[in-house]
Amino acid sequence: MKWSEFFVTGEPLIYAADVAIVLTMVGIVFVLTYFKKWKWIWNEWLTTVDHKKIGVMYIICAVLMLFRGGVDALLMRAQLTAPNMNFLDAQHYNEIFTTHGTIMILFMAMPFIIGLMNIVVPLQIGARDVAFPYLNALSFWLFFFGAMLFNISFVIGGSPDAGWTAYFPLAGNEFSPGVGNNYYAVSLQISGIGTLMTGINFLVTILKMRAPGMTLMRMPMFTWTILITCVLIVFAFPVLTVALALMTFDRLFDTQFFTMANGGMSMLWANLFWIWGHPEVYIVILPAFGIFSEIVSTFAQKRLFGYKAMVYSIVGIAFLSFIVWVHHFFTMGAGPEVNSVFSITTMAVAIPTGVKIFNWLFTLRKGKIRFTTAMLWSLAFIPNFVIGGVTGVMLAMAAADYQYHNSYFLIAHFHYVLIAGVVFACFAGLHYWYPKMFGHMLNERLGKWTFWLFMIGFNVCFFPMYFLGLMGMTRRMYTYSDGLGWTPLNVVATVGAVLMGIGFIVLCYNIYYSARYGERDMTGDPWNGRTLEWATASPPVHYNFPVTPIVDDLDAYWVMKKKQGGFQVKEEELKPIHMPSNSGRPFWISVAFFVAGFGLVFKWFALAIAGALFIVLGLILRSFENDDGYHIGVDEIKRTERAARKGA
Amino acid sequence: MGEAVHRYDETMPLEYRTEENRLNILGFWIFLGAEVVLFATLFATYLVLFQRTGSGPTAQELFQVKDVLIETLLLLTSSFTCGLAIFEMRRGRLAGLLAWLLVTLLLGIGFITFEVREFIHYVHEGATMQTSAFLSSFFVLVGTHGAHVSLGIGWMIFIIIQLLQRGLTVKTARKVFIVSLYWHFLDVVWIFIFTLVYLLGMVV
Amino acid sequence: MGTNGHHESFPWKHLIGFVLSLLLTFAALWVALSSGLPLKAVIVVIVLFAMIQASLQLFMFMHVAESDSGKVQTFNMVYSFFIAVVVVAGSVWVMQFVL
Repeated sequence: MKWSEFFVTGEPLIYAADVAIVLTMVGIVFVLTYFKKWKWIWNEWLTTVDHKKIGVMYIICAVLMLFRGGVDALLMRAQLTAPNMNFLDAQHYNEIFTTHGTIMILFMAMPFIIGLMNIVVPLQIGARDVAFPYLNALSFWLFFFGAMLFNISFVIGGSPDAGWTAYFPLAGNEFSPGVGNNYYAVSLQISGIGTLMTGINFLVTILKMRAPGMTLMRMPMFTWTILITCVLIVFAFPVLTVALALMTFDRLFDTQFFTMANGGMSMLWANLFWIWGHPEVYIVILPAFGIFSEIVSTFAQKRLFGYKAMVYSIVGIAFLSFIVWVHHFFTMGAGPEVNSVFSITTMAVAIPTGVKIFNWLFTLRKGKIRFTTAMLWSLAFIPNFVIGGVTGVMLAMAAADYQYHNSYFLIAHFHYVLIAGVVFACFAGLHYWYPKMFGHMLNERLGKWTFWLFMIGFNVCFFPMYFLGLMGMTRRMYTYSDGLGWTPLNVVATVGAVLMGIGFIVLCYNIYYSARYGERDMTGDPWNGRTLEWATASPPVHYNFPVTPIVDDLDAYWVMKKKQGGFQVKEEELKPIHMPSNSGRPFWISVAFFVAGFGLVFKWFALAIAGALFIVLGLILRSFENDDGYHIGVDEIKRTERAARKGA
Repeated sequence: MGEAVHRYDETMPLEYRTEENRLNILGFWIFLGAEVVLFATLFATYLVLFQRTGSGPTAQELFQVKDVLIETLLLLTSSFTCGLAIFEMRRGRLAGLLAWLLVTLLLGIGFITFEVREFIHYVHEGATMQTSAFLSSFFVLVGTHGAHVSLGIGWMIFIIIQLLQRGLTVKTARKVFIVSLYWHFLDVVWIFIFTLVYLLGMVV
Repeated sequence: MGTNGHHESFPWKHLIGFVLSLLLTFAALWVALSSGLPLKAVIVVIVLFAMIQASLQLFMFMHVAESDSGKVQTFNMVYSFFIAVVVVAGSVWVMQFVL
């Protein structure tokens, strides 16, 4: 292999990216060395097993990936603004919509949600950490190195270019001979393993580590949605694991799963992909529902309306999510019986979702609403998501879907559910829990600027796409000719995308501004919260709770404040606290995964085997390890608590 | 992780005595749930593709009852002996535990040997993973199971070493129990491979 | 060494499970190869036998219902088998139109 094949060449944009990457890496090394922070970053972050720090790292990565995916989106919008543009060529455009979709779903939405759940769930259930802290670190680093492997594809070897769904035969060797789709198969596999372990970890955590008195029906709604999300992760991700493995076999070892000859069936890929893919959509949207439920309840200053109905709705949505997958390929030709059944199951999803919408509205009714930034995102979610949901029901009608399928109507639909649902929730959750993460608030004025810019930009960008779709503009076309009448709406859409980009920049500035000048949260409970995470200091001490809180109702902390004026800790009740030790092994095992994955991508099997051996070595060392963690003594807890509560 | 980690409950079997052990065992059960779906996806792939033999041999031409039956009996017996190992462990007998684990291990190695011979035999007949969709899905489904068994063998060896080093403790008991769950689970998967791959392949 | 108070001295459960498993294996073999039943009946019977044998492993050998998480563990396995049926039967049904 020549160097010119190894590195992607020929595009000025790529060269600029090369320079940017090298400069960033040099910059990071320089800063760490200059400020003598290597030891700090290793001890405090790279080896940590603290769920709060792991959560923060997830969110930092998610924001970076939002930037990457957002740049992809802006490049696409730039290319489509006017007819017959030559800003991007067809190949480059294919790569960009592929990486945009893959990154936004798997490396932005997923880690953002997982980051928030890492930070919040153990606090909400009154636990000191997750069930398997070491595994949690491994999950994060597998996600991280999976994402890194995916991201280097655009400068080394070439990006995948068969769409985020990677349909065969296009994604097979015949039509995608480069390494791009190997990157897709291998990097998603690595981060998918991490996600599966997160699912198991949080399932056990929520089932077994709740504070005494917190029955299932007293769990905060966010925790409920995470519990169900984890069920979906555990039972859906293995399907992706297998599908990607079969893809890898087809591409690297010339097997015949999805090929065009020797009995292969390319459409089987679509079937397997969506058996995972549909539950995956709910894996990101259910936690979003949970976040909105917490925020709506907190800022309407009322108990969530119809708590039980909410729980049953989530369970119902989760159940239905496994029996709707064919609606992603109604046009494949499976026949009227199959299409009818899946059409009906799909429309049934609207029922529990509708229940939830009404419950949020009734929670708002007669509430003393406080219009904070987090609340604005939540309020905007309801009408915007309903637009996405209703157009979803339109798409669910199999016969009508033949008209909408893979048009911009579909693009508009899923951006209305994914952005108005998931991205709004991520921003809402970020503003809401930011003081809990970092000890200071995000500036509200800047936050509202972000909200209005992004929310208006979003509608300006995607609402026209419904009409573009009905006018015949199909998905994934890299350019279009003049005289089709599509130009005005495309210009409008690009303006909207730019507004969203500006909103994102304001958010980033807000993070910087608030770190320097933001209001410090001395109370631990800046929003007058209802759930147990607000009973801790902001940011919480590393063991979270000095004593395990006792729960006797829903909205545990709210009730605590009413009855006892807050979470009361008597110093004589303190006992030594057991904590897990930090470990560098999750980090280097994940590096080994990265190396093995890189070897597979380029079919350098010696490298892949070497990486695999290191992974096995890591597992063996873990098995033989005899580390029971450590204890924090009562005196140290007293000192820490006095320092943490000085402000309260 | 609270002080509960060190709370002992003497009435329970060793492997359930600490909170940490109980969390680990439940976590492993949930992992097995994920494994069920993983194998289900491979079965789905196989059942969609198994009659799509292209120009290669069909299942009926390939499979032989005797080989399959030997593999089945070896694995089924190993699952039984693995159960006996746990039985001995719960009676507190380290020697019995080790003996049955060793028998299980040998039966597992026997199973893998027969399976590898079966695969080599097929390849010599010109039936490789690349020949047809049927054979791709056959080798990947049965091979994934075989890889799991091989991993289980390696895992069990390391657990036996730890038993010899540290004796029967709360921690080693948990590890033995978890590897036993894994081993039984592989037999569960094999029951379906026996039924849906071999028996079905021989009659359709 | 602490042991379970009501523990049997002979592994009856395991032995019964093993013998039943052997019987089911040979019965399935006979049904498939020598019974002369129609194909659909053969498939139904052998899949049923496999399910019974799998449950034997789960309850007799793996003690799925024991411990304080017994309910969760059982639900987990039942649900995973449900998803397995959805994935397998669903895929076969959906993909049958492809020639």
